[in-house]
Parts: sequence; C-alpha cells; structure tokens
Amino acid sequence: MKAPTHARSTSALLYLSGVTVSFDGFKALNNLSLLVEPGEMRAIIGPNGAGKTTMMDVVTGKTRPDEGEVVFDGTADLTKLDEADIATLGIGRKFQKPTVFENHTVRDNLLLALAGLRSWRKLLFAAPTKRENDRLAEILGIIRMEAQQHMQAARLSHGQKQWLEIGMLLAQDPKLLLVDEPVAGMTDVETETTAQVLREINRTHSVVVVEHDMNFVRALGVKVTVLHEGSMLAEGSIDQVSADPRVVEVYLGR
Amino acid sequence: MITRFLWQGMDRNLRLFILLVLAIGIVLPLLNQLMPPTSPFYVPSWVLQLIGKYLCYASLALAVDLVWGYCGILTLGHAAFFALGGYCMGMYLMRQIGSRGVYGNPVLPDFMVFLNYKELPWFWHGFNHFWFAAPMIIIVPSVLALALGWFAFRSRVTGVYLSIITQAMTFALLLAFFRNDMGLGGNNGMTDFKDILGFSVQADATRAVLCFSSALALAIFLVISAAVVGSRFGKALTAVRDAESRMRFLGYRVEGYKLFVFVLSAAMAGIAGALYVPQVGIINPSEFAPGNSIEAVLWVAVGGRGTLIGPVVGAFIVNWAKTYLTGALPEVWLFALGALFIAVTLFLPRGVVGLWSQLRGRGQVKKAVAT
Repeated sequence: MKAPTHARSTSALLYLSGVTVSFDGFKALNNLSLLVEPGEMRAIIGPNGAGKTTMMDVVTGKTRPDEGEVVFDGTADLTKLDEADIATLGIGRKFQKPTVFENHTVRDNLLLALAGLRSWRKLLFAAPTKRENDRLAEILGIIRMEAQQHMQAARLSHGQKQWLEIGMLLAQDPKLLLVDEPVAGMTDVETETTAQVLREINRTHSVVVVEHDMNFVRALGVKVTVLHEGSMLAEGSIDQVSADPRVVEVYLGR
Repeated sequence: MITRFLWQGMDRNLRLFILLVLAIGIVLPLLNQLMPPTSPFYVPSWVLQLIGKYLCYASLALAVDLVWGYCGILTLGHAAFFALGGYCMGMYLMRQIGSRGVYGNPVLPDFMVFLNYKELPWFWHGFNHFWFAAPMIIIVPSVLALALGWFAFRSRVTGVYLSIITQAMTFALLLAFFRNDMGLGGNNGMTDFKDILGFSVQADATRAVLCFSSALALAIFLVISAAVVGSRFGKALTAVRDAESRMRFLGYRVEGYKLFVFVLSAAMAGIAGALYVPQVGIINPSEFAPGNSIEAVLWVAVGGRGTLIGPVVGAFIVNWAKTYLTGALPEVWLFALGALFIAVTLFLPRGVVGLWSQLRGRGQVKKAVAT
C-alpha cells in the first residue's frame, strides 16, 4: 500500500470539495462539495443521472475526478489512490445487487472479506490464524449462519445472500461504508428491515447511503443531501429538503 | 511449511490420479525396455513416443486451465509459450549436432551455413550447454508472459479483448519465426537432432526416459497446481475469476494474482514444449499457429474447465481421437473437432470430468434415498 499522501487536514471523515468529473464533455459531477462527519449516517438522493453513482465511483477510486479534492479521514487524498488502497484504508462498498462469491462457501466468502491479508505472495502460504477463525465464528454467529458455513453461496436464498453480504462487510470492518441503492426492487417490509439493519451498522460505522426512494430515506431519518446535475441542490432533514421548492421541481418536473 | 503447502490442495481423487500418471510414465517405458518384442506385454517405441507427446499436451492443457479455469483469463495464445520452450530445447539440440551436420560445420547449424551466416548470432551463445538451455526453457516464456501480463492486467484488459491480444501475440511470433533473418531456422525450423545430454535421441532407451520425464513433469505440475488453487491464494484467484471488481473493492490488488498464475502457467507450458521437441524430433513455426492454442483450450473444455484432472483427460481424449481420425478418416477430422466443440458447449459445460461427478452425485443421491 502506498503511504497516504498528505492533503489538507480536516476533521470530517469524508471531505469532497469542488469535485468535477466529465465524460466526453458531459459533467457527471459539477463542482460537488460534501462533508461526512465521523459516525454519521448520510443519505444521498437525487433523480437518475444526478451523479450519485459517479460520486461513489470517485470515492472508491474507480473514477478519477478531473478537478477537486477528495480527502478521507483527514489526511488520505483519495484521488491519488486505487481501489485496493482505498479499500485497505477502510472504505467498503455494497453494490445494488447482492454480490457474494457464488462458487465459494459461506465461510470462504467471509475469509476473503476479512480485514488483513491481501498480498498474493503472503496468501500463497498463509493458513488461517486463531484470531481469524475466532472472528469468523463471531461473524457467523451475528448473521446466524453457522449451520450454512460450509454451503456454497450459490445455493443460498436471496435473503441469506443479503445476510452473507452484510457479514462480509462486518468482516471487512470499514470505517466508512458506501451503500448503493439497497432497497431497489424490495417490498415495503424488506425496505423497513433494511433501514433497521443500516441503523444497526451505523452504531459502529459511518455510512453513506445512495438511494432515490424517498420513503426509505424517510425511514432512515438522517441528514439528507440532494444531488442534481452533479452538484448539491439542498441539504438538511428529509422534511426540510422535501419542502424545498427547488427539490420539488427537480423531482416532480417543471 | 512447503510440505503443508504442497499437500493442502490434494484430495484423494487427485492423489490417485497423480499416481496413475506416474504409473503410466514408469510402467510403459519399463515394458518397452525389459520385455522382448515378441512378448504380448511389449510396448513398441512408437506407443511410447505417442504417450510422451500426449503427456506434454496434457501439461499444456493444465497450464491453460490454470489461467482460464481458475482465473477466467481465456488465453488463445498459450501454444506460443509451449513453442518458445520448444525452441529453447531445439537450439540446445541443434548445438549438440556439432560437426555431424550435412555441411560439417562444428559451430554453425546447417541452416545457418545454407543461409551464409558467418558467425553464430549472439542469442545462440550458451545454448550448447544444457545448464544454460534448461533455465532458458523456463525464463524465455515466463519473461514474455510477464511483459504481456504486466501491461494487459495493469491496463485492465479483460475478457475477449485479452483473448484477442494473446491470439495476436502467437500470430506475431508465428510471422516472426517464419523469417529466415530471425536466425532460428525460418520456415523449416530445426530438426535432425542427434543427442540429448550425450544420449542418442533416436534410441529406445532415450525415448523411454523422455516419456517418463514427461509423466514426471505432468505429475509435478499437478502437485504445484493443486497447492496453488488449494491455498488461500487459490480462493482469492477463483474469486477474481467470478467477481473481479468486488475483489478490488475488498482491497485486493487483482493484477498481482493474475500475473502470478499467468507466468507460472507460461513456465509450465514452456517446460512441456521442451519435453515435446526431442520426442517429435522437430520444432518449426507452425507450433505458433493460432489454431494450436485454440485446440489447447478445447482440450480443457472437453475434459472439464476449473478442475485439475479435466484438462489431462481432455488432452488425452481429443489427441487420441485426432491420431485415430487423421489416420483413418483424415478428411473428417476438422469437422469432428468442430462438432466436438459445439457438443461440449451445448451438452457438457463442465466437461467429461463434470459429467462423471454429476453421474456419481446422482448415484449417491439414489443410494441416500434408498437407505
């Protein structure tokens, strides 16, 4: 891992300032600034094409911004690091679709996610340590999957896969968790459960949730940032932003 | 630590299979050497040569499977690494001919005399020694794989684009090795070998040892491959195959994983090629033909991608069919190959080995139901 390059120090866990990303002249992000405090859960909403996913890509190192600063944990300049470095620093990402390693057992999925060894040279000769086994047992207990630990992930039900993925995120133990549209295609009951799970995770981790389902965001009950055309349009509680005439205009059309 | 590393990936089936490979490599040469030609147990030399060739192909198939089956890199240029290993061995064998060539030049091989070379090209120096040629057999293909993989994996070239690059690589080498200026025998390649390590390559005893060496090499490759894919590295490797970007976001630097197996696999292919050349007695640019690499992929598909036994079984089945059909019905072979590819894709997505374990699995289910 490259040493985090020294950038302007800030008390915010995640600090974006003047971030601009353009694809062939189209500005997916346009001078976006955003602060996430340690321990905070933040919801980011916005209509399609507002730049939500691009923002996540910038933070996780998948996309490099053309301009602007992206600083994690006060010191690490994320614009200089790649996905692997950023993940090692402590930023986890959950994708919209549950992505577990289908051909691996539940236990191996968790082992791969477990914070620690990442180098191919060390993994060639590494045996799981006692500490790792204890941690795996603990996580298997939390997600209540001890009985399925040797089952291939492909054979799990949809709900079990979601649990496994949450277990993987716990194993990865990130400081900041980015969650992309967690309730797309879910029923109302499942949406409510997911909101509870995220609040649970937020007790020990900072979370950024990207979503465009207003009801879900209301259920989370956290500070909301509204993106529109790659910039911040409004920020505040869900009631404040939904009363904002500019937000209403963006969501309901002109 | 090394012992544990080497044993961790092996299950009972694989251990038995490795013993079978070794048994073939020991028993057939012994029967050839010890039995009189009149005995029903006598194994003729041509059989030894054929089996030795198949064993080399099986090693190449295993190398292809390691990158394709376990890491998802569909290589369509692996025969190039095989051929490069073969050329290194060919250069050593050419220098062993010495003054026994047609032109009797003690230093220059015949084709160089014929092409009016005045002195040995620089890259031929050292190849008169086996201790120099042997490491080159590993180094030359590995360095090419390292260079190609370094650029391709770092630039995140994947999928069909990577396949096209590997195909282009072997095609470019084919064209390069066809040139007489290349100093490697051009179109005709290298042949008329006399000695290897002081023993005549034509002698039955040498053939027996070469056949055994090919089996031993394959057995060692199986052990190494099992250790690699059975380690935590192997778990990460198949995870890269199944969900590469997920692995990046978990903090894995995926390029290192791909590069390591790609280079390991190229080295295995190179050694297989080097053992192949003295047994067939010739190496020429046609070994770089794109079709050869595609055929190697087909062996893996037939046998069972992502298993260690599969590619070996596939290489033997397809090559035995090829030997038989090109002799009995030569005009049918290419159609049979095409039909086989379609049939495997449609009906045997997990190959022969996959079919076998499926049948066994079904049998076990029946037994379980009965009890």
